[in-house]
Amino acid sequence: MNPFLIIVYTLSITSLLCLIRVILGPTHYDRLLAVNLMIFKITAIIATLAVYYNRHVYFDVALVYAILGYISVIAISKYLTGRELHK
Amino acid sequence: MIIIAYLFFGIGLFFMIFGALGILRFPDLYTRLHPAGKAGTAGILSIFIGLIFYSGFSFNSQRIILITLFILITSPVATHAIARGAMESGIIPWEKKNK
Repeated sequence: MNPFLIIVYTLSITSLLCLIRVILGPTHYDRLLAVNLMIFKITAIIATLAVYYNRHVYFDVALVYAILGYISVIAISKYLTGRELHK
Repeated sequence: MIIIAYLFFGIGLFFMIFGALGILRFPDLYTRLHPAGKAGTAGILSIFIGLIFYSGFSFNSQRIILITLFILITSPVATHAIARGAMESGIIPWEKKNK
């Protein structure tokens, strides 16, 4: 079997495991942490498919996805700082 | 070259799988920060180094180095922002119940 497809399938299944933590996490920060890890895994999936299909454009897609994920995680965590939203 | 790339893919998938298991199994937010940070830096770094070794030193690897440096800088910053927000929001760290 092709190793690139093994990487893509494994990262997809593990990001589904992170989605379980997003659904049943007790606080908002658990959900934010699991979403942060899912963003990194999807970035790795996009870069792996870009090398596998030999397309240059998808590296730009992966870079923009990483930048938007970083900005959104920082903004949501600064928004939730100091608020009594848990439980 | 390709064998070194497959070795780095294996290391990265190891970190990714056990990072996701740690996020599912650990009891608290502050303990869940540890596998999330390791999978975010070490797993991503290993997979992207494997991609650089696979594609050779060409136009593609230049872009991959750029993405790798960006993620290597910003992943600890995001984890630290989450931990600081949780600490200021008043979440108590986990302790073992029955001594």
